Amino acid sequence: MTLRLLSIAAALAAALASPAHAAVKVLACEPEWGALATELGGELVDVAVATSAMQDPHQVQAKPSLIARARNADLVACTGAELEVGWLPVLLQQSGNPKVQPGQPGNFAAADFVRKLDVPARVDRAQGDVHPSGNPHIQTDPRNIALVATALGARLAQVDPAHAAQYQQRTQAFSQKWQANLARWAQQAAPLKGVAIAAHHKAYTYMEDWLGLQEVAVLEPKPGVEPSASHLEEVLATLKARPAKLVVYSAYQDPKPDEWLSQAAHIPAVKLPFTVGGTDGAKDLTGLFDDTLARLLAASKP
Amino acid sequence: MLPSHPPAAGRRAVAAPPWRAAAALALALGLHGAALASPASDIAELKKALAAMKANYDQRITALETQLHATQDALAQARAAGPAAAAPATATAAASAPDTTLAASPAAPPPDALAAVAPPPPVDTSAAAPTGAATAGANAFNPQISLILSGQYAHTSQDPASARITGFALPPGAETGVGSRGFSLSESELALAANIDPWLAGNINLSISGDNSIEAEEAYITTTSLPDGLVLKAGRFFSGIGYLNSQHSHTWDFVDNPLAYQAMLGTQYGDDGLQLHWLAPTDQFLEFGLEAGRGRSFPGDDGSRNAAGMAAFTFHTGGDIGDSHSWRAGLSWLQADADGQALSDVARDGGPVDTTFSGRTRVWIADGVWKWAPHGNATRTYFKLQGEWLQSRRSGDLAVGEGIAAPYRAIQSGGYVQGVWQFLPLWRVGLRTERLDPGHANYGLNADVLAGTDYHPTKNSLMVDFNPSEFSRFRLQLAQDRSRQGAIDHQVLLQYQTSLGAHGAHSY
Repeated sequence: MTLRLLSIAAALAAALASPAHAAVKVLACEPEWGALATELGGELVDVAVATSAMQDPHQVQAKPSLIARARNADLVACTGAELEVGWLPVLLQQSGNPKVQPGQPGNFAAADFVRKLDVPARVDRAQGDVHPSGNPHIQTDPRNIALVATALGARLAQVDPAHAAQYQQRTQAFSQKWQANLARWAQQAAPLKGVAIAAHHKAYTYMEDWLGLQEVAVLEPKPGVEPSASHLEEVLATLKARPAKLVVYSAYQDPKPDEWLSQAAHIPAVKLPFTVGGTDGAKDLTGLFDDTLARLLAASKP
Repeated sequence: MLPSHPPAAGRRAVAAPPWRAAAALALALGLHGAALASPASDIAELKKALAAMKANYDQRITALETQLHATQDALAQARAAGPAAAAPATATAAASAPDTTLAASPAAPPPDALAAVAPPPPVDTSAAAPTGAATAGANAFNPQISLILSGQYAHTSQDPASARITGFALPPGAETGVGSRGFSLSESELALAANIDPWLAGNINLSISGDNSIEAEEAYITTTSLPDGLVLKAGRFFSGIGYLNSQHSHTWDFVDNPLAYQAMLGTQYGDDGLQLHWLAPTDQFLEFGLEAGRGRSFPGDDGSRNAAGMAAFTFHTGGDIGDSHSWRAGLSWLQADADGQALSDVARDGGPVDTTFSGRTRVWIADGVWKWAPHGNATRTYFKLQGEWLQSRRSGDLAVGEGIAAPYRAIQSGGYVQGVWQFLPLWRVGLRTERLDPGHANYGLNADVLAGTDYHPTKNSLMVDFNPSEFSRFRLQLAQDRSRQGAIDHQVLLQYQTSLGAHGAHSY
């Protein structure tokens, strides 16, 4: 019995003695926002990421581990623009955490801070899984990362005012680094301007806008609908009229349709990381774009 | 037996070591909170923080001003361009043409322009156009509407009208079997949901059945603002017991609910009352629920009483194993009271007999689900294994016909195991096997009229479904139903299920 009491006392002491390290708990829906929160928060934040680069961010489930993380989060950082509509509402509702409910400072939607492309003129599911607020895959353009960084830095400062100065400092440092990156990438990517590409999913609209790529075909007949054999034939016919230099797909996607098109149209199929962790090179946000550009440049060389 | 210790907390901790860990953890978290709440009491530090906040706000105001100017410029441009600029929005049905949307909004600076951007001021506000322009007008506050449309065709070798589960007395008209033969509307559902105010949200699910009846399956308000992982729900709702009970029929992996649910929970237990959920502040998912309700439906009955006719306790835990596996398991307990509940039973001679039950029913449910998807990506392929076991204990009085009530006790149980495998994108196949145990009933004085049975109802089902999109499903289900002694029912069911309107989010 003494032993038991001692062990309880030890547990108590351990709890008391644990450093008063009150890291802000961030639950990021996608790896890119997890990486960004880490860049902006450093030691001040404890980041958990709900999905990996191997998962389709549309199709995630509100699984128990995520509910537990949402329960304890101070900030939930997601893309928004209905990307997580199939699971995030349930996750937040079941979390019982008032801090991260929509409209609260602890609920951050990155897409709110950028200009969205592909905003449908008509919202109808006959067009597939369209997003009424526009294409949600904003992280494929590093200029959007810069915008979101500023907003997320300010949000971290709002959620954790005690460390506002540090967040501001880190955000500025990140922004400086990022501007330098942008300048470097703009130079590197010059040969990609005007290059025609085909894409598996409409996941690269923002990247195309950034680099001046021309998307001539999409393998999915409608957003979120798997490429069918007949549609691939149509894509092939389109490419005969308007040849593409390469076809891109994301790390989490089944590459079979892209490989088929690659062989049929004699163009390289390029796997892009899509987000942090999608490829070995995409270890962090800088790596994500370094690797994306390297892959595109390598494949588009004549 | 357990040694007895004076302090209650200490005893509990000894009896169940996980409690000790939980208590220590809770304590640790509480202390963490306290540590968080006490800021560095250094005034200089405080001043620094205030200055930083001011600087931060200045920066944000500047950013907002720049954004405002950009918006004004864009508006002015749009006005200058006149109808030509407004036209693309309606004229172009081709949603795939990004050029039109690009033209309508201020273009992002080309790469070359970005290269020239001076490093320090990071905000590139010119590209941050207004987002999600809210629809003006009163309609903007309309709740989310989602509609489930579902229908089926059933071919059965036995008449569903005479469906019965041998050994399990249910109220007359209880939902058993597959509904009706031939073509019929399956449960079609209309759901409306919205936030009520900053503290509450509301939800209603209306179910439309093939017989033209409309039923409020769920109609509740729920809190969105309680602290510490608490969620309180009030109104009509499906109880959180088990795994399947709280799920709406359109999310089931088979056309019908398992026999055990039909026999012991009246297909799906819903009630009018209160539910309190608490999620422990741990990284491990630990969810506790308490419910009190009217006891509106079987195994309760809709009696006239002030006290709660139903009480339930639920516990669920779960987590991940690696990045490909996730699981959830739970234990639940439901207690419902009945006073003069009419039941259709079978007499010793095999003929039908009406009985009346007054007493208490306690149901224990153990549930588990395990899901696998390569790297957690369920788009191409996944596997889901789930099982539940239910035990129902009824004790009270049972009267046969107009006769006198005699003491009655029965312990019955049953369960199912099912697996669903998505073997190709869009295609799934599932297998379910079920078994019920009518257990032993003590009929007391009625033993001369009523007798238990040794028959164990079983059922095996095979389903294949095709999901052209996330919003539609076509399913074929073949079943061999031996729930009724001496009458094997071979069932062929065809079903469609579609989801319209707001994109519903589904629970795990």
